[in-house]
This record gives sequence, C-alpha cells and structure tokens, in this order.
Amino acid sequence: MALKIVKGSIDRMFDKNLQDLVRGIRNHKDDEAKYISTCIDEIKQELKQDNIAVKANAVCKLTYLQMLGYDVSWAAFNIVEVMSSSKFTYKRIGYLAASQCFHEGTDVIMLTTNQIRKDLSSPNQYDTGVALTGLSCFVTPDLARDLANDIMTLMSHTKPYIRKKAVLIMYKVFLKYPESLRPAFPRLKEKLEDPDPGVQSAAVNVICELARRNPKNYLSLAPLFFKLMTSSTNNWVLIKIIKLFGALTPLEPRLGKKLIEPLTNLIHSTSAMSLLYECVNTVIAVLISLSSGMPNHSASIQLCVQKLRILIEDSDQNLKYLGLLAMSKILKTHPKSVQSHKDLILQCLDDKDESIRLRALDLLYGMVSKKNLMEIVKKLMLHVDKAEGTTYRDELLTKIIDICSQSNFQYITNFEWYISILVELTRLEGTRHGHLIASQMLDVAIRVKAIRGFAVAQMATLLDNAHLLTGNTQRNGICEVLYAAAWICGEFSEHLEDPMQTLEAMLRPKVATLPGHIQAVYVQNAAKLFATVLRKHDGETESQAAQETSQLLIDRLPLFVQSANLEVQERASCILQLVKYIQKLQQKNVEVAEEVTALFAGELNPVAPKAQKKVPIPEGLDLDAWINEPPSESESEDEKPKAVFAKEEPKHSRSRHTEVDEKELARRREVRKQEQANNPFYIKASPSSQKVYDAPGVEHIPVVQIDLSVPLKVPGMPMSDQYLKLEVERRQKEKAERKKKEKKKKREKRGKERKADSGPESEEDITPAHQVDIVTEEMPENALPSDDDDKDPNDPHKALDIDLDKYVPYCRHLQFIHVLHIIKPTVYWFPFQKSSKHKKKKQKKEKEEKEKKKKKRHHHHHQHHSDAGGEDSVQNGTVEEEEPLPVSQSHSVSLKQEVKVYDIQGNHQDESKVVVSVIFENKSDSFLKSMEFNVLDSLNSKLQRPEGAGAHDSLTVPFQLPPGVSNEARFVFSVQSIIMPQKLKGTLTFIVKSDESSTHEKLDFKLHFTCTSYLITTPCYSDAYAKLLESGDLKGSSLRLEGINMPFHHLLARICFHHHFSVVERIDSCASMYSRSIQGHHVCLLVKTSDQTVSIDAKCDEPSLLGNVLDEIKQTFSKC
Amino acid sequence: MQFMLLFSRQGKLRLQKWYVPLSDKEKKKITRELVQTVLARKPKMCSFLEWRDLKIVYKRYASLYFCCAIEDQDNELITLEIIHRYVELLDKYFGSVCELDIIFNFEKAYFILDEFLLGGEAQETSKKNVLKAIEQADLLQEVRRLCFLKAFRGQKHFAEQYS
Repeated sequence: MALKIVKGSIDRMFDKNLQDLVRGIRNHKDDEAKYISTCIDEIKQELKQDNIAVKANAVCKLTYLQMLGYDVSWAAFNIVEVMSSSKFTYKRIGYLAASQCFHEGTDVIMLTTNQIRKDLSSPNQYDTGVALTGLSCFVTPDLARDLANDIMTLMSHTKPYIRKKAVLIMYKVFLKYPESLRPAFPRLKEKLEDPDPGVQSAAVNVICELARRNPKNYLSLAPLFFKLMTSSTNNWVLIKIIKLFGALTPLEPRLGKKLIEPLTNLIHSTSAMSLLYECVNTVIAVLISLSSGMPNHSASIQLCVQKLRILIEDSDQNLKYLGLLAMSKILKTHPKSVQSHKDLILQCLDDKDESIRLRALDLLYGMVSKKNLMEIVKKLMLHVDKAEGTTYRDELLTKIIDICSQSNFQYITNFEWYISILVELTRLEGTRHGHLIASQMLDVAIRVKAIRGFAVAQMATLLDNAHLLTGNTQRNGICEVLYAAAWICGEFSEHLEDPMQTLEAMLRPKVATLPGHIQAVYVQNAAKLFATVLRKHDGETESQAAQETSQLLIDRLPLFVQSANLEVQERASCILQLVKYIQKLQQKNVEVAEEVTALFAGELNPVAPKAQKKVPIPEGLDLDAWINEPPSESESEDEKPKAVFAKEEPKHSRSRHTEVDEKELARRREVRKQEQANNPFYIKASPSSQKVYDAPGVEHIPVVQIDLSVPLKVPGMPMSDQYLKLEVERRQKEKAERKKKEKKKKREKRGKERKADSGPESEEDITPAHQVDIVTEEMPENALPSDDDDKDPNDPHKALDIDLDKYVPYCRHLQFIHVLHIIKPTVYWFPFQKSSKHKKKKQKKEKEEKEKKKKKRHHHHHQHHSDAGGEDSVQNGTVEEEEPLPVSQSHSVSLKQEVKVYDIQGNHQDESKVVVSVIFENKSDSFLKSMEFNVLDSLNSKLQRPEGAGAHDSLTVPFQLPPGVSNEARFVFSVQSIIMPQKLKGTLTFIVKSDESSTHEKLDFKLHFTCTSYLITTPCYSDAYAKLLESGDLKGSSLRLEGINMPFHHLLARICFHHHFSVVERIDSCASMYSRSIQGHHVCLLVKTSDQTVSIDAKCDEPSLLGNVLDEIKQTFSKC
Repeated sequence: MQFMLLFSRQGKLRLQKWYVPLSDKEKKKITRELVQTVLARKPKMCSFLEWRDLKIVYKRYASLYFCCAIEDQDNELITLEIIHRYVELLDKYFGSVCELDIIFNFEKAYFILDEFLLGGEAQETSKKNVLKAIEQADLLQEVRRLCFLKAFRGQKHFAEQYS
C-alpha cells in the first residue's frame, strides 16, 4: 500500500505542475502555440488517470490556459470531477476552474446541483464558502431555483463568514430566479440589523442593488436606512445607503427634504473623498428632483459647487475629472451657480489630460452668455491652434460651432465676428468637419439678412484663395466650405463688389479637381454670377464687359462639360448652350439681362421644421377618398388604422415656380403687413426692447428689425480677435449712453416705456452690434398660428428661442408645396391653434363692446396716444403640464363684459399636479404693473403657494406688461379628484399706469378644468386594448350624436384633438380609441358612424369620469 | 462591478474575473478592446473613462494594470479604493507582491479576490478578516503533499543547474 502511494508520487514528479507550465510558456516565446498544444495533449493524458491529484493539477493548468484564451470547454466534465473531490485542496481548484470556465450554456452544470448542495451543508465552513463563491459566478436559473432554499437557510448560519456570503449571493439568485425574492426578503431585511458588520453591509449592498432597479418597492425601508445612515461609520456602507436614497427621492420628495441636512453634514465632516463625492452627487440628484415648486436650496447648491471647486482645483486628475463631471449635472438645473466658476473651467482647458479638457468643453457649452461668448470662443480658438492630434481639434471645432449656434444663435451679438470665426476655422488642417462649417455659413448667410454683404465679401475671398484649402489632397475635408462659399456668392451676388473677379475664380481649371458635388454648385452659381454681371452692365449698348463675361464662360465651361460627374456635366452643358445663345443676342444688341436674371429670381427662405405639418387642408379635399379604386380586396386590408393620421399625399415633383413678379410680391407684403397690424396674436416689437422677437406667424413670415443707434462699420476684413476688442468698447459706450439717457429720462419724466429695461446692466442689455434681422423660417400660407408659447417679451433669449433647432431644406415659394402635402391632423403642440378661430370671432365681437367702455375709462390716455385704439386686456390662459405631450382645449369665459380666453393645455406627469400657464396680454395702451393672480381654492383644487404664504394670498405675476405685450406665467395647482369638471373663480388685480395717473383695476375670471383636460393622449396597442376590455373591470356608457355631417376621419381627428384620445384601430366606419387620465383611469371608446348618426360606446373604470367626458364630447360636436 | 481585469504593460492578461454572464467570445473581444484603450492612455491621465455604457476605472501598480468596469451610477472613487485594497491584500499575502507572484500563483490571487469580492460586491472590508480566511483555508490544504513536492522540486532544480 505504502509502496503504491510512493509509486504514484514518483509518477507525478514527472508531470508538469502549474509553475512548470508557466515557466515553459515563458521559455517558448517563439513557438508558444506549439508548446501549449503539446501541453494540452499531456493534460488530456493526465485527465484520463484515476488519481484525483493528477486531475486537479491538470485542471489547474487548464484554468491558466483558459485565461490565455484557449478553449477548455471540452474539460468541463473533469472540472466537475475535481469539484466533487472530498479534499478541500482539490475542491478549491475545481470550483475555481468552474467559476472561470462555466457559463450558462455549459451543459454539465446540471450535474453539479447535488454536489453543490452537499458542499453548502458541509460542516466545514470553507467548503461552504468555496461553493458559494463558485456559485456566484456560474449560477444558472436552474441552479438558482434548486438551491434558493439552501442558500436562504445559510443566511441564518451561525458563522458570519457564511451568512455574509449567503446574503451577497442571494442577489445573483434573485436575478436568475425572481420568484425567490418574495420569500427571501423578510430574512434579508432582518440581516440589515445583523450583529456582524460584514453581514449588515452585505445586506445593505443587496438591498441597494435591488432598490436601484425598482425603487418603488423599497420606499418602506427608508426609515430603517435613515437610521443606519445616521448611525453607521462605515464609509462603504454609507456610500451604498446614500446611493439608495438617491434612487428613492424622485419617488418621495419629502424624503429629499429630510435628507438634505444629514447629507450636508456629511459633506462638511467627511474626509473620505469617495463619500464626499457620493454625497454631492446625491444632493444634486435630490435637488433636481425637488426643483419644481419647492423652496430653493441655494445654500446646498452653493455648498456642492464649493466642494466641487475644491475637487477641481485638486492636483489629483481623478478628482478634477469627477468634479467637472458632477458640475455638469448641476449646470443643467442651476446654471447660474456654475457660471461663476468660469475661470476655473477655462483653466481646465489647459490641462494636459485630454479627458479633463473634454469634460471642461462640455461644461463650457452650458456656460456661455452674450457677455462671455466672444471671450470663451477666443480661448477655444487658441486651443485649436495649440491642439495636437486631429481628434481633439475636431472636437474643439464642433464645440465652437455648437456653442455659437446653440438656441438659434441666441448668444451671438455680432455676426460679422461669427463669420470671421468660421473663416478662420477653414484654415484647420485635416479636419473632418468641413461640411459643418459650410452648413453654418449657409445658415447664417441665409437667415441673417444684414450680414449678407459681409459674408459675401468673405466668401469671395475664400473662393479667390481656394488653392490654399485644396492645395493638399489630404485636406479635402475642408473643401466642403467652398460649396457654401460658391453658393453664397452666387445667391447673394448683388452684394459682390467685383462679381467678375469671383466669376473668374470660380471657373479656374483647378476647380475641376474638387469633388463633383462642389463643382456642380460652382457651375450653377457661375451662371448666377453671370446674370449679375449682365444686370450690372444693363443698358450700356455694346457693353464690352458683358461680352467679355460671356466669352469667359464659353472658354471655361467646356472643361466642366467633360467632367466625369453627371451632375456637373449636365449643368455645364446646359449653361454653356445658354451662354452661347445669349452671346448671339448680345451681338445683336438685344437686352438680355432681365431675362437671364429672371432665371434666378425669387427669395430663398428657410422653412420651419414644422411648416409642413401646419399646412391646412384645403376645403373640399378629402384625403381618404380614393384617387383610383383599390385594385383588390387584399390590399385594402393591409391598411392599418393608424394610417388614418399619417396619410400623406405623395410628393408631387413640380417644377420650381419662378415667375412671381415684383409687383405681386410687393402686394403680398403689403397684405401681410396689414394682417400683422390687425392680428391680436402678433407680438409687435415693443419699443422698450431692442431684441428680435419671433412672433407666431399667422399668414406671414415675420421679419422683425432691431433698431440700433450704434451701427458698427468694420472696414476691410478684420479678424475675429478685433471684434472682441471692438465689442468691449462698444458695450462700454452703450452703457455710458444708456446712463445718460436714463438721467435725462428722470429729469423729464418721459419715455415711460423705457422703464421696463432700465434695471442694472444685465446680460439682457447687451445689444447686438449691428442691425440684424434674423429671418425666421417660412411658414405656410394660412398656417395655423404658431405653436411657440408666448414668451416673456422682456427676455430676449426666450423671444429668440424659436423652436428651430433643426432646419429643413430651404425652398423657394413654399406655398406651392402646401397644396400638395397635407398635414397630419394629429394633435401636436399647437397651443393656440384650436381656439384661435372661434376665439377671434368672439373676441372681436365682445371687444367692440368693451372698447367703448374702456375708451371712456381710459379717455385721458388718448390725449397722448391718439393713434392707438383703446382695447381691453385680453388674457389667454393655458393649462399645461410639464411633459411635452400635448392636449389642448379651449374655453371662453365671459364675465363682466371682460373677455378671457383660455387654451387649456394638459400635460400631466404628476398624478395630482397641474401646471396652468396663463398668458397675459395687454391690449390697452397703458402700462400694466403689480399684477397679482389669485384663485379661490376649492376642496378639490388648490393653487400652490410658496411655503409660508396663507391659503388666500395672491401670487405676484413676475413681470410687468408694456402696452401690446403679452407674457406667460405658470401656476401650479394640486388636484385631488379628477372625475368631475371644476371651475375655479379667480381675480387678477393690477395697476394701470398712464403718464399722469395710475389706477388700480381688477379682472375676474374663471378657470375651467374639464375632465377632458385630465386626459393624456396615450398610445395603446390593439392587443393590450383587447385585454383591457376583456378584463371586465370597465363600466360602460354610450352616446348618440345625430346630424353629424363630417367625414369620419375628421370626426376622429376632432375627438383625438379635443379630447386627447388616440386611435387604436380603425376599420371602415368604425374605430376604437383610447386615452388615459393623469391618475391612470383607462378610457376606451368605440365610435361607429352610419349616415349622419354617430354612436359612441364607451368604457372606463370610473363611471362619473366617463359620463363627464362623454358630455364634453357631446358639447364639442354640438358646437359645429 | 461587472468585471475585473489585470494585465501587464505588454497587454498580457494576468487575471480576469467576470461577474456578468458573457460568452467566451465576447469576453475576449472586450478584453482586447479594453487593454488597447487603457494602454493607449498617457500616464498623467485620470483613471476613468467612459466605455460603451460602462465606466472603466483603472490604476497602474508597477507593471500591472488593474481595471474594473462599473455601471453608470457606481462610485468611481470607491472602485479605486477596491482596487487599492486588493493590491494591499496581495501585498500582505505574498510579502511585497510583484507581477511574477501573480503569474506563478495565479490561483492564490483568485482565492484572495474571491474572499474580498463576491458577485462584484465587496464582501469584507476588513483586510485582517480576508487574510485570516485565506490562511485558514490554506491550512486545510494537504501539507504532506506540499512538503514532498517542494523537497523533490528542490532536487530537480539542483539537478538542472549542474547537468
């Protein structure tokens, strides 16, 4: 026997052990693969032996080879053998190998269940420990199901060593076998108060991980965790708990309030950076979730920002990085607090660590203002010059453009400067972003009319120096800018000083090396320039210059006619023939300039992204009518009901309409102006502000001019840096001037309107450097009034903040497309659209009556403002919620001869909160100030007032209204029950201030919360819908409408729009519709129509809500 | 934590621990990608990077990179702390650890890691407890066999040197 053992040992001596294997691999660097394959052969031999020690050794070596990337899955069964060894040494190796090599697809795992169960209940705690560790890596759903009970028992093991591991592994078990959570949870909760700190911390870990995924279910544990947080001193545990609270607070705002204090204490006291960072992060998260309607926690924010500053200033790169990361989170909600640390963030741009620089760049994006834009961009331009490596430089470039163009160029006060920046950026070598620069150039030149002259001059220079950009083929990314340059020079050629020279530059032979699409633009725009040159020399008989130009084109164009690019070839040959013909005419002394120019007549306007949607459906056009009857039955079945609202007419390709003559254009402009003046919804630029406003265009494209007293002339081609200097000077000068004016005003007590902006110099007071029209995007004729909310007219940022983040293609003569493309009649965000039609009518009528009254009242005003007609104050109220899911409804409430129109826009996120946006419009010619808004609360609906205010206190409207200005204020209401409609009485008090007197006035109004306004348009799939109906929880009701004479899809659209439903399915003249209330009630409709009768069968889990909604639907249709 | 990788400056993997189930192919791909990314970073750069939807926290100790992948809401600094704690444990166990210790005793390095982390979560924050557990488990290993092998290997080496 003894001899046998010795013999076995001697055999083993010649086996390689792990160390030998590693050493061998290191010695065979050249033929590693070969060496390893011989080793694997040896291992295979070893595994065939009975000796468990030999097997374990082989498995250990395999584990190492597995790490090197070799496939060892063939040995899975041997691993199981080694795992089942009774000796701890081998068992340990076996479990290690299993945890490294096994995965869910390994089939032998199912053989291990019993072995693992045996090990789990082993008297030796290390056997159990090893089994638990291994299991944590390869647990499968089957294993989890079979072993969940055993592990649960281990959670109450006598040894903390086992308890701790068992608790931790439970998380993996829950993931694989979710049913185990419910029975295991009480015990898990118990472990939160385990005497052993290790077990406690394990339990905290597991519950935190669980709660992070589904915070809702763990709210009840909050008090327990709160206790743990205030008592624990273990930073590991604290971090987990704080993270858990971060996940819970969005669900329970009260928790957030309670947390702020202990968290700030920790921030003050802790020395552990990881804990500090976690606290700061959670405080930020808490404040973000609290941000609406809560008293401000500026002290906490200040503390966070202050601590983050310390992190950023630290020499440790890691802290710096994290500091910037957390800063960017604060920036989103509290930009002001971050902005004051601009210096620090700019410093970080100099950091040698690229990841830190990129973080700082991200932050800068949110920090720019009108004041500092030029300065920041200047700094960035310096970095562009210094930057090594194109990736970072390209990143800088895109950031510069992002920063400048954000929110519709909101922060740019001087577009000449911006153009210069863009031109400077073209000098970057090897950038990929040529097209980005090009699109910016185009955008600015098209939309900022005043800049065109300057832009064209710059672009002409670019074209002239095109060889600098294209000299190196490697750099062709940048030649995209030539595309923009050529187009701008061509389109706005009337601004060119020397079109002939530019034309010559565009026809150089070198151009033929450019990419095809750029050449095509060159050729096309050469033709435009040609037209300009002809026009210039119009009238001169036998003009030498004109004929020379024709000759130039005839000489140079053949080069392009030979181009391999089809587009270039086609355009070039067309234009060449045209020019030849023109030359012939010229020789006969025929005037041709007029006709040639007509080729390119017409203005190009940007089109708003939503323009297409807003094209109204022409009268008598039935979109659902077949143009051709469908060929077969099967095809019509394919049509899904959702197509009801998505149907669009096929695109008609019609040729560009060119012959709108000047007179017609002038006439239209005149009409438009007239309409503008008469339209109460058009916001006229108030004399008090020098900003550009975008008014909701009704039937026109508003182009608002900014009057500026200090036009700035920059001669020649200045560089962007010079602008910075000029800008500073200009601002100082302006400031001085303004002061002077103010003094004067005080003395003479004149120009009352100016009061609105006579505050201390703020960012808003910085005026654009030169007269800039930002051309707003073109809207279709008869477009429904714009969806832009009326913004605070005193805030130029908002006024400029038109929702046009993305532009759609530019096109001439938009009106032609309108007829052909029809909007989808789905409800989108059109706050005024619905009401405006009937609203206007009513308003007008009632206004006229009122005017008389008001005129008497305001009689004295008219001595000074004889031109303005006295109008009463009309207010538009909007009820809306936070989420941009729109629902709209209109109410008009008349009371005491005063007209108030409400557009109720519902958008409910919170179950019980409704945000009501009220638009105040001053239609009188007096100044309105000190407005106070108050509503008489009902039991059900309450106006939310700031903390500390009494239940009947009124809220101050945070602005004043100069004549003709409207502005929006938001009020939060809490609503308890939504099953009944509600009317709230309210009063607005305000002071009417005229030159000589000021009177206190009062306006009563009613806020009408219909049941419909509590519904949210919620899409629903037909299968879910069917299930809902089958569930039997819903109670039914029905409604019959007679004499409805409208197409079925209009009817549906009307219900969708007015009552916030969505169509689930539509079959012929029958449709199912769905909506949901803010409190989660389901409302289902089945709408059928035959002849002129519409029947609606409705189901809802709340009968009275349903009854009210049906009543409201009935009303909607009785109106028409 | 999703996984932990140890690799050398040459990009050779020294240890890997996965706490999420992934196929071998995927593991290899991730490893290759991460090793490349981390090695490409300059020494003065910060220890964090965003990678796919994860955050990578890495730190270099001598010639070895310790690299962990954590989720978006996890705390980077505590992860660095975990890495550091693990290095300390290795150091205590091997007595000033070097890369070779981990190469030749890679199973020990795993055992230590398993006592410290379980399923990606720190299970024991006390260094003393971890080491105690390891020592006791080691004691259980067959002493006789070890002695026998050690003695014999000594002879073998001796023979190699003089032959």
